[in-house]
Amino acid sequence: MEIGDLSTLLVWAAATAFTIALVAYTVDLARLTDNAQRRQPQVADAEAATGARSLVGVGVAGAASAARAGGSADPARGAGDAGRARVDSAVAGSTQDVALGRSPRAEGIARSTTYLGVVMLFAAIVLRGFAAGRWPTANMYEFTLVGVLVATLVLAIVQRRRVIAFVGVVVMGIAVTALVVALESFFVRADAVRPALQNYWLVLHVGVAISATGIFTVAFAAAVLQVMRDGRETGRSHLTTPWRRADGLRQAFSGLAVTGPQFRWVDQVPEARRLEALSFRLNAIGFVLWTLTLIGGAIWAEDAWGRYWNWDPKEVGTFIAWVVYAAYLHARTTRGWGGRKAAYFVFVGYAAVIANFTVVNLAVSGMHSYAF
Amino acid sequence: MATTYRPEGHEDTFAASDEVRLPTLGARGWLRWMWRQLTSMRVALLLLMLLAVAAVPGTMFPQNAQDPAKVAQYVVDHPTTGPWLDRLGFFDVYSSVWFSAIYLMLFISLVGCILPRTRAHLAGLRDRPPRTPRRLTRFPAQAEQTSVAAAPERVVLAARDAMRRGPWWLPFARSYRVDVNDEGDGTWSASAERGYLRETGNLVFHLALVGLLVSIAAGQMLHYRGQALVVQGRGMANSVKEYDTFEKGTAFRDDSLQPFTLTLDRFTSRFDPETLEARDFAAYVTVTEPDGSAAERTIKVNHPLERDGAKIYLQGNGYAPELTVRDAAGEVAFAGAVPFLPQDEVYTSRGVVKVPDVSDGQDQIGLVGYLLPTAVEVADGLYRSVDPQPGSPVLVLSVWSGNLGLDTGVPQNVYQLDESRMTQAVDADGRAVTLYLRPGESVELPDGLGSVSFDSLTRYVALDLRHDPALTWILVFALAALCGLAASLFAPRRRLWVRASRAGEASLTVVTAAGLARGDDVGLQPELDRVLAATLDPLRGAVTSDGATRSVGHAASPGTGDEADEEKSVDGSDHGDR
Repeated sequence: MEIGDLSTLLVWAAATAFTIALVAYTVDLARLTDNAQRRQPQVADAEAATGARSLVGVGVAGAASAARAGGSADPARGAGDAGRARVDSAVAGSTQDVALGRSPRAEGIARSTTYLGVVMLFAAIVLRGFAAGRWPTANMYEFTLVGVLVATLVLAIVQRRRVIAFVGVVVMGIAVTALVVALESFFVRADAVRPALQNYWLVLHVGVAISATGIFTVAFAAAVLQVMRDGRETGRSHLTTPWRRADGLRQAFSGLAVTGPQFRWVDQVPEARRLEALSFRLNAIGFVLWTLTLIGGAIWAEDAWGRYWNWDPKEVGTFIAWVVYAAYLHARTTRGWGGRKAAYFVFVGYAAVIANFTVVNLAVSGMHSYAF
Repeated sequence: MATTYRPEGHEDTFAASDEVRLPTLGARGWLRWMWRQLTSMRVALLLLMLLAVAAVPGTMFPQNAQDPAKVAQYVVDHPTTGPWLDRLGFFDVYSSVWFSAIYLMLFISLVGCILPRTRAHLAGLRDRPPRTPRRLTRFPAQAEQTSVAAAPERVVLAARDAMRRGPWWLPFARSYRVDVNDEGDGTWSASAERGYLRETGNLVFHLALVGLLVSIAAGQMLHYRGQALVVQGRGMANSVKEYDTFEKGTAFRDDSLQPFTLTLDRFTSRFDPETLEARDFAAYVTVTEPDGSAAERTIKVNHPLERDGAKIYLQGNGYAPELTVRDAAGEVAFAGAVPFLPQDEVYTSRGVVKVPDVSDGQDQIGLVGYLLPTAVEVADGLYRSVDPQPGSPVLVLSVWSGNLGLDTGVPQNVYQLDESRMTQAVDADGRAVTLYLRPGESVELPDGLGSVSFDSLTRYVALDLRHDPALTWILVFALAALCGLAASLFAPRRRLWVRASRAGEASLTVVTAAGLARGDDVGLQPELDRVLAATLDPLRGAVTSDGATRSVGHAASPGTGDEADEEKSVDGSDHGDR
């Protein structure tokens, strides 16, 4: 078996590990929803018991104090207190603080399979580089692998202390889809690259671009969750107010309103304000990396094509995403545009990033066309 | 219900334009109002999104700047919409009026917003930190510490030193600007502020963007660019008329070109034997200076040849068969290398030979056809190239005769035969005559037009010479923008206060501290704890006290306990070293 084949096998293995992680995160999420629904009519007394049972002795004091301090009205704060109280707990053998209604087993599986997948994917990428005899970021298959690696790595870092199941579900869902699409559609044999790509900027420019994409992915997941949580906090959903002419459509989907009972698990995630802060921190890092992508790309283009800026479709796409994220950063600091509205900019920006990667690579011809 | 959580904002620095009373506005008032609108953040947001939307059509429609042929084809294919799109600038999106208007408005808005802020920031650089508030209990980060033996003044001075000290990796930089106040009754306090870098970075970023735009515009005015095909063994001189195409900025003068000459000695290429993908191209050239000194240089893709600030790029390559055409009288009517343009990855190349200089009274000759570097006969008379390297080259030509139309005054494409006044040579069956030639072969042209011989196969390179004196500035401003951006996003802006006072009749000092940050700052509480620990640990010395600093948890940032614990432990080891 050649090194390249081994790399491909490892990618399949990583995709499998991520699928297991996805299932585990989903189970965790389902458990949260389930518990949140079951707990709703009961009083705080029962919560301590539920907490103690599901915690398997880890951080009992934390959970109990969380139940007392936060109760169901503000579970996120309770979770925060649980984190602090964890230090007092004599039996705190694990570093994780587990909030009410979570499934420690599912979270453990999710966490370990995420780590396993990250390690296998990393090994696959390294082997791919050896098989091709160059840095492995030269075609769409390799972009996808490295992008997924960054996204899952960021997920693992963000979740190292506290699992936010929903972010896990979104990021793992995207990761598994991307890996399978890469293996099935983008796969090319590991090989050397053409002269235009023989430059150390292949490492910097492409590597930075992929990292930024990975970070934007996690930030996007946090922003989605932020908007959902915001909807619940403010008791507002577009599905509860009439849609004029299309009201029939609204009624068909009204069961999906974020304020409805099946989204009760959203109460378990951190407050919208904190999710916004998380999303912003990641987006800020992503934006700086994206700026570096543009600058690095311009320097490389100057070397390879004799023009630092060509208005090539790929460049335009990158520029559009940059402008949208710049608008996002401005929106955050503008009166009346913070919070939920700023998150919409994240959606648009992330859509631009993904479209720039997929639509521009596959459907538009340009100077970046050798990228797949 | 309105969104209540808001991130850090600079909205206080943006004048709210709603306050203007509209009904009483005169002309000046209107101008003022428009200026306020233009420089408001809301309009800047709108312009940013407009810019993003306006950039999209450039990827959907072919652009004249990139591919004029595609634009022409598009107009032919879409006879109704094509001309309208052309009129509206959709084929020149990035130089169109509407696109330019958006980004110029954006930059005016940016300048109008940034200049007052720069003035305010420069004035603010000399500001002192705000005085210690009377009550420290209402701030998001708090800490308190009782039973310290040292006097309040000593505690506060120690706090000042602790806050001034830079991070461990930059010990000489001052992180906080600190004021020490004697509040009377034996109570002392220190107020500290950091994070001016944040706004500095923000302003640097925006000003650098303006610098970038100005540099690019200057480069457009001063630049020049020329394209030339150089056949192996031949040379070219660096003067405007030697280039096949030459574009220049408005401020360019012809004599700013250095009169050096360049000769292509050799060209090598390497392809992957299986995929036939290109692996390496190298042009070995000799550059001869005006003073006669010559130097051998190599030009590769990604490695342009630099000369006097101008760069010479290897942009393309191909085959140029050396041909000799004799007319019916047997006179040499044409001799030379004719560049054929590669059409695919196996270098199936298309070319045209125009032979106008025939003997008097004869028809001019045009030869059109393909060069196949490694030809394989797939069917009778049907050849296909299977390799980009010249394994067994075959030239496949069709023959035209008549008037080439070169003297009509209309400029012609060298690679295109104007067939309107020409007729194609056909055989007795009425089928077009096709000539097959290998190097060294010579064949008679049909209808007694003469003969053509394929002497040898040479290579040519397409070189692109380019000079843009603004490049350095563009890079400088781009990097300044990047650094400014990073500072404006990652430099924390914080205020800390430490107050020390005597606790009752006992000779103990109570130390309280509080912190405030712009927006959500998970590092604030750890920082406050670190400052307090750094202040009190050395003071405590041998005095035993009742334990570690107690962080007073607060409602605004739940869940930060993890980070706090981590940073505290890191800090603890740090203090141990001191």
